Amino acid sequence: MDLLTLLSDGFATSLSPFNLMIVILGVTAGLFIGAMPGLGSVNGVAIVLPLTFIVPPASAIILLAAIYYGAMYGGAISSILLGIPGASTAVATTFDGRPMAQKGEAALALIAAAFASFVGGTVAVILFTLFAVPLADVALAFGPAEEFALVLLAFTTFVGLGGDDILKTIIMICLGLVLSTVGLDLISGQPRLIFGDLPGFYSGVSFLVLAIGVYGIGEVLYTIETSKSNPTVSNAKITFKDVISGLKTMRRYTKTMSLGSFLGFFVGMLPAAGATPASLMAYGLAKQTSKKPETFGKGNIEGVVAPETANNAASTGSLLPMLTLGIPGSPTTALLLGGMVMWGLMPGPMLFIDQPDFVWGLISSLYTANVAAVLINIALIPLFVWALRMPFSVLCAIVLVLCIVGGFAPNQKMHDVWLIVVFGFAGYFLRKADYPLAPLVLALVLGPLMEKSFRQTLIAEQGNIFAFIERPLSATFIFLSLLFFIWPIVGLLRKSKQEHPHFSSKRPNFSRQNS
Amino acid sequence: MVYKSLKTSIMGLVAGTSMIFGANAAIAGDWQPQKPITMVIMAGQGGGADRIARLFQSIIQKENLANMPILPVNKGGGSGAEALRFLKDQEGDAHTVMATLNSYYTTPLRNDIGVDIAEFNPLARMAMDTFVLWVNADSDIKTLDDYVAAVSAAGGNWKMGGTGTGQEDSLVTAMLEKEFGIKHTYVPFKGGGTVAKNLVGNHIDSTVNNPAEQMGFWKAGKVRPIVAFTPDRLDVFPDVPTAKELGHEIVYWMQRSFVAPKGMPTAAVDYYTELFEKLAATEEWQTYAKEKALVADMITGSELQDYFLDERAKHKQILASSE
Repeated sequence: MDLLTLLSDGFATSLSPFNLMIVILGVTAGLFIGAMPGLGSVNGVAIVLPLTFIVPPASAIILLAAIYYGAMYGGAISSILLGIPGASTAVATTFDGRPMAQKGEAALALIAAAFASFVGGTVAVILFTLFAVPLADVALAFGPAEEFALVLLAFTTFVGLGGDDILKTIIMICLGLVLSTVGLDLISGQPRLIFGDLPGFYSGVSFLVLAIGVYGIGEVLYTIETSKSNPTVSNAKITFKDVISGLKTMRRYTKTMSLGSFLGFFVGMLPAAGATPASLMAYGLAKQTSKKPETFGKGNIEGVVAPETANNAASTGSLLPMLTLGIPGSPTTALLLGGMVMWGLMPGPMLFIDQPDFVWGLISSLYTANVAAVLINIALIPLFVWALRMPFSVLCAIVLVLCIVGGFAPNQKMHDVWLIVVFGFAGYFLRKADYPLAPLVLALVLGPLMEKSFRQTLIAEQGNIFAFIERPLSATFIFLSLLFFIWPIVGLLRKSKQEHPHFSSKRPNFSRQNS
Repeated sequence: MVYKSLKTSIMGLVAGTSMIFGANAAIAGDWQPQKPITMVIMAGQGGGADRIARLFQSIIQKENLANMPILPVNKGGGSGAEALRFLKDQEGDAHTVMATLNSYYTTPLRNDIGVDIAEFNPLARMAMDTFVLWVNADSDIKTLDDYVAAVSAAGGNWKMGGTGTGQEDSLVTAMLEKEFGIKHTYVPFKGGGTVAKNLVGNHIDSTVNNPAEQMGFWKAGKVRPIVAFTPDRLDVFPDVPTAKELGHEIVYWMQRSFVAPKGMPTAAVDYYTELFEKLAATEEWQTYAKEKALVADMITGSELQDYFLDERAKHKQILASSE
């Protein structure tokens, strides 16, 4: 009951009229920041951090939480409308969100994303409220070996991502892993694959540059080519009734959403992992447990619901190690940590004991921010959808400008802009040759994490490769990843046996394409 | 309705921003930053350097010492090589400063990354940080002798966690190995925060983290300090002996300084130097330094450059003897 008293004290602060106004302001700003490719919650929180000094600390926390949530919701918007993931956490949302928009279901996809984000965020905050302190020990149990096993598990979800052509998926994963090794090696400090001595490559190839290149520029080029005869304008109209009926359909996805929420929260809670692997694993899991896995990637609404639930749950989960251990799990939580230091708070094991007012104020503001974010997001959907009704010639130019600006802004290096152009053309040709792009981008995100934890484990265990299966937690993850890897292959084999004529009729098609 | 609330919120943001940016900073001089100042950190998130940089960001904003916000950026890759290389590329830029560690000299000595630190503009050395040997509170080790015995018994399998190879933590480890004739398995991590977490989670057996990195866990009773590598006992740990008083001459400091790129306009260099001098005088910084066992010993300008070059020469010898 102590918990409820503390929480209600927190709500007393976060629900005052002034703080409610701050929430609305923060969420709206966050939504737009998150919706811009290249700008994410990191930038949002960084821009607003100085503003937090003109308001009392409690309101400041609420403002930061509101922006954080707003940006997480906003990330899905550019993924769905433009097919460009605004942040690595929203990559999985493009898989089905973009096809839905192309089918004229942009509004439904946006509603699903907003509602799923709400459910994921809320379930995660409830879990957080109940178990924050004991769960800190789970985060501590994760050493390098467990990190590696978890990333491996995230990788196995790729198998299902690239469609039926497993060989092409594997080629793209390898290409992504090669790109991920560019730059300075963490362990030895030696530069690798820097193309002679191009200083731009020292900091590696960033996810954003690759994603903007292959998804943004590549997509524009591809659309120009395919639509030169009949420039298609998405049929994107939305009425109030559409919103209501869209929300009603969400009931059907309870299973997907609850899976995504729990998975997202637990994966996000681990300091190394964060929301990107969480959203991917949720997508993979939704596809593999679905009755119609073949509709995924072609505009299945569950393919939007699963990753969006998981990434919001994970971003709440990632606050846990920051508050209880003082270790930020993501760049954004690092900034929030900076903000807390500013108010004279020391995140770490003692925070919950020394500063209960702050902790519970923050937790209650997460509830408020979440509710505000879903309401404002749904209210703004007509505006976002309206953007799609622009003539393609106009939209195309806007997207190109957004891509270049978004790629340049984070590091302000022309090097990145040239890379975006190169990746753009590469993405266009890869798409024409029917190579899946998602495994490429995701291998770049997860590759460095996997390599680092793999090498740390081997160093610590004197090169003993069995260390990964000697520890119970990592052994479990490795076993699960093997299972996930074998499952779709078994399914594929069984299917090809049953539908043999179908399979053989496909074959000449492939060989004609290849020759 | 939607548009109206949108408009109000944008106006609110603009008003708020202009309040901050308009409020003029108290620093005299003809040069003022024109855009947000990037503060590059040579290490990962949660480590000692990171904490200090973020503390400074907060004090600068709280006390309104600068008219533009500070944006901390972590570039911890390759033992700080990423940050050094970045600073080199910012030649002539007046809006970038870098928070340094000792890897400021050791990393260019170990690898040829095309960086000569003598070219950079020294701004201010804010403090000297200290090193302490830590073990998990569950372990039986209570004294330095226990520790040496346990490491010897492990026969090279004792896991010492620390920051990147060749950085401070690994140098202190090498000094321990030389003094006692013991052998560790050194596991590099991205920052002191991660090292601290891995010690508490029992994934490594010991660390030589700075007190600031371990303080939270120490207060929670999760870790135990064994010995300090300072000339005198630290005020915060009066019961922890120094290696020196136990008869082992291991003293090592970590400097916490700020530098600017080559070719930064002189007026800007003066501006930042003055900014750090004001920072050093704030109560928040004095309190932090005391709580985290830092020695707030400030030097600036050419005196700092001499110190850097002197330390570089010293580290060249340390590296030569440890490798």
